[in-house]
Amino acid sequence: MDPVPFIVAAYAVALLGSAGLALQSFSVMRIKERRAESVRTREDI
Amino acid sequence: MHAFANPARFLGIARPLTPWLGWGGAALIVGALVPGLTVTPPDAVQGESARIMYVHVPAAWLGMAGWGGILVASLVQLIWRHPLAGVAARAIAVPGAAFTAICLVTGSLWGRPTWGTWWEWDGRMTSMLVLLFLYFGYIALAAASDERASTSRVAAIFGVLGAINLPIIHYSVTWWNSLHQPQSIGLTSSSIDAALLWPLLVATAGFSLLFGAIVLMRMRAMIADIRVEARLRRMAEA
Repeated sequence: MDPVPFIVAAYAVALLGSAGLALQSFSVMRIKERRAESVRTREDI
Repeated sequence: MHAFANPARFLGIARPLTPWLGWGGAALIVGALVPGLTVTPPDAVQGESARIMYVHVPAAWLGMAGWGGILVASLVQLIWRHPLAGVAARAIAVPGAAFTAICLVTGSLWGRPTWGTWWEWDGRMTSMLVLLFLYFGYIALAAASDERASTSRVAAIFGVLGAINLPIIHYSVTWWNSLHQPQSIGLTSSSIDAALLWPLLVATAGFSLLFGAIVLMRMRAMIADIRVEARLRRMAEA
């Protein structure tokens, strides 16, 4: 059995999964920190 | 440790640390996987398919280490009642579940060309699947709790009890007959040849740093949410 397709699939799952999770976490963090900053500014006013 | 439980102090450290962990982890992952795919020789017994270990083993390590982190954070939350510990435990849960799932899928992809089967209900694979279900249970409990997320005692107790599965996973290949190979790397020795071992260690370090960056980002998002909630409450009362 040719192992190459299995190796490619395993690397794709691992890299796309971890990169996707990192990007999603970054995006959520940016949105929530910006919202917190805007609420803080409103409270200060 | 108590000093770092202060959210302002924590954020002062986490903000500059997040990009260093993220980009450092990405660089190490690339620096390990490229030679792992192109430079290192094939394994003497398993041939080319052993290259899957460079993604499978770090994922397995992070799935288990993630629950180890939940255990420590839950104990800190229950004993010292630090809300930041509850935030840390919740921030670990989703990436821990994701890496456990990656471990199971890549293990299945490794098993098919090596053992001739996608799945076997043996000790190692079944206990890793149980770990994934424990993560799902923890995530659901933390989300459903009536208490504020950062102080959910039910989730923390579940985090402590779920750790019983960690030694079962570790010793499963010793306790039961398994298709899975026995432990290859110990604290002081390894049965893997050095030519194949170094990319594995570098990849494990790289994925661990990336995991740390993901956890910090999720913690920062949760802290921002808590701050918004507190400020809106203050503004409503004023």
